[in-house]
Amino acid sequence: MSEQTADPAVGPEEAATPLDEGPEPTGFWKRLTASSLIVTVLAFVTAMLLGGILIAVADPRTQNASHYFFQYPWDTFQYGFTAIWKGYVALFEGAIFNPHTASKGTLAGYAGPISETLTNATPLILGGLSVGLAFRAGLFNIGGQGQVIMGAVFAGFVGFHWHLAPGLHLVLGILAGMLGGALWGGLAGLLKAKTGAHEVITTIMLNYVAVYFLAYLLSVKGFQAPPYGQAISNRVFKSAQLPPLLGNSVRVHGGLILALLAAWLIYWLIEKSTLGFRLRAVGANQFASRTAGMSVENSYITVMLIAGALCGLAGVSQILGTNSQLTGDIDAGIGFDAITVALLGRANPKGIIAAGLLFGALHAGGTQMQSATGTPIDLVQVIQSLIVLFIAAPMLVRVMFRLKGPSSVVGGTLAKGWNG
Amino acid sequence: MTTMAQPADELTVEHVVTRAPVSQAQRLGAGLSLVALGLLTIWRFAMNGHHDTDASIRLGALNTAHVPAFTVPAVPIAWVAGVLITALGVLWLIIPRRRWFGAVMGAGLGLFVIALIAWLASASSFAFVDVVGLLTNTIGYAVPLILGALCGVMCERSGVINVAIEGQMLAGAWTAALIGTVVGATAGMLAGAFAGALIGALLAVFAIRYLVNQVVLGVVLNVFAAGLTGFFYDAFMQPHQEALNQPPLLENIKLPLLGSIPVIGPLFFDTSIIVYLTYILIVVVDVWLFRTRWGLRTRAVGEHPKAADTVGINVLAMRYRNVIIGGAIAGLAGSYFIFQVGQFQKNISSGQGFIALAALIFGRWSPRGAVAAALLFGFASAMQVTMSINAPSIPSAFIAMLPYIATIVAVAGLVGKVRAPAADGEPYVKE
Repeated sequence: MSEQTADPAVGPEEAATPLDEGPEPTGFWKRLTASSLIVTVLAFVTAMLLGGILIAVADPRTQNASHYFFQYPWDTFQYGFTAIWKGYVALFEGAIFNPHTASKGTLAGYAGPISETLTNATPLILGGLSVGLAFRAGLFNIGGQGQVIMGAVFAGFVGFHWHLAPGLHLVLGILAGMLGGALWGGLAGLLKAKTGAHEVITTIMLNYVAVYFLAYLLSVKGFQAPPYGQAISNRVFKSAQLPPLLGNSVRVHGGLILALLAAWLIYWLIEKSTLGFRLRAVGANQFASRTAGMSVENSYITVMLIAGALCGLAGVSQILGTNSQLTGDIDAGIGFDAITVALLGRANPKGIIAAGLLFGALHAGGTQMQSATGTPIDLVQVIQSLIVLFIAAPMLVRVMFRLKGPSSVVGGTLAKGWNG
Repeated sequence: MTTMAQPADELTVEHVVTRAPVSQAQRLGAGLSLVALGLLTIWRFAMNGHHDTDASIRLGALNTAHVPAFTVPAVPIAWVAGVLITALGVLWLIIPRRRWFGAVMGAGLGLFVIALIAWLASASSFAFVDVVGLLTNTIGYAVPLILGALCGVMCERSGVINVAIEGQMLAGAWTAALIGTVVGATAGMLAGAFAGALIGALLAVFAIRYLVNQVVLGVVLNVFAAGLTGFFYDAFMQPHQEALNQPPLLENIKLPLLGSIPVIGPLFFDTSIIVYLTYILIVVVDVWLFRTRWGLRTRAVGEHPKAADTVGINVLAMRYRNVIIGGAIAGLAGSYFIFQVGQFQKNISSGQGFIALAALIFGRWSPRGAVAAALLFGFASAMQVTMSINAPSIPSAFIAMLPYIATIVAVAGLVGKVRAPAADGEPYVKE
């Protein structure tokens, strides 16, 4: 992971310009192709291209034209490209700026798409930080789902069960959410430290325990909302909700501030603090760290507590920000998306913010794309997994585009097997 | 724990650990859980049991004529079971014997289940428990878990971690639904296995050729398979359900002689071809892994690839083959969902791939253990159904949690030592 720290701070979007200018026979081009950044960009482009093929395949007009492909192939290509263009334009309009709604002149019209992107990005950034921090300490936190759920359950309970003064209620709700996530994450850390149980196995299992625990809670009176027909919880009081950032007409909420604060804190923790040094050392080589007198076991517990708390915050953002009632799918797949965010962001906070924004934009745009062009939103999941697949296999991207240079493997420093 | 050991030495270190006497954690963990289980049985089923009704047990479905049925007194059964479980726990705390571990835990769990069934069957004067139905459901739930766990055995014994069982099942299910509708049920089944093998091949290429961290890879492949099948479902199947998503069900095949045995016949020998294939695969994988040259090599590659390479085994080829065959087995589990439910739905495997992974780990990476664990987890699911009918006041969510909690307890070593193949998850690069 040393290579990732060599080029911190560069998000995927910053790289777009030099690529378009084409290859230059300079030292700059050499350095660019040798960096892991180029792999990120190429991974994104390749995934979008493959996604484009899927859009074309799913387009009914293109399907019809393909029936007479051998008589008149041009139609197939034309309709296919039109479908891809329309799909990606809708994706852009849903994520960044939509001229049609903006022409109404309202705030929601201008800022709606960006607000959706930021709303979607908030829990992804928090979850990505959680997984990323664990990566740096050599742990694989695959239990985001369970931690998000427990965070949301704790925060939600404080939110709808207690009556408190506005500011205090929110603070306690946030702390409760962090506590819930930390308990769930810390349990995996504790098991790893005390018994050596592999955190991947325990966190996967804890995910399902949390899922069923939530299902149970949603059938209990006092938790479930009357008239007790649906599996949905009581509504969180206004006093515990994260304030909207741009007024009530758009959804973006104070969770974003929490996410950015958390990113800054984690950056400081990893790069500047003694604790962060210890965690990184344990992540790089646990045997050497132990010899140097560090307590590897305590590091495991600490890092999983913090990682759990971060996922708990993602749960807070879900229940006190985006939604106000707990449902069975309150986690919205954040736990697993967070893994892709952390991998794309190369486990450093700035990269994770960029990756979270990118995937948040894909999710926001995917919704718009589905309603405007009928392309299923599952495409976003496919693109997301393809990006990460290429990122995780830098060798493959380098072979595909005939680039030279070393391949830094994301997650390469993780414990390799179940026993280690 | 020897912290300074080189990776190569760890194998020997672990061997010493497994032969050591019962550890303190295991002694206390297993003993205290048995005592707790016994006291729970006494408190819930004996002291607070249904004193006024007997348990009525049936051996077959309600509408069948001449179903064997009998009644037993529920509360006395619970007393006996509870006291015996507690005694077993106390005995284990005093004199733990490694050899008796499985028997003691099995007996404790079995007694608990008997008391539970008796309690459920005495819930009201109308309530009964259909034991044969319960076992039929158990097999129904267990078959995909068994197949998934066998897939895991194939992959992980050769040294490749497979967290993507879920994704292989999903891909298999989607393809089975499509081909099953367009061509026919048998073709659909085979196509499902083929699709699972394709995801297995992806796993193999990225893990073996491109050295991607295998857990990362598994997670990503799960997202990929869920996204792709969901996308194709929405794009093609949803608008044309009849043309593309109405596979015929696989018909039950009744075996000539065995199928006519009263209770066992309908239970085991009057079922679909996938279940028969599962029986065969259980035996084949077990024999294959422990009685054939291929199996010996597979285990060698999974435990110590360098040594295997030195004696001339092609490590990477072994791993490719095993992972792809494993993927095909998981794909078969996917087609089982299709021919059970009748059509593809988004996320049809609903976490079964992860329970299969749990069964693999709980079964200590051995085919027999994995099958036993899968049956146990299947039984838990079947009990959940029975409980939701007979005792709706007990939240079934807690029963649903049991497989996962059991797996956590197992990997934590509280009730025994679980050890993965030594080179599981470690890519092999020839020097």
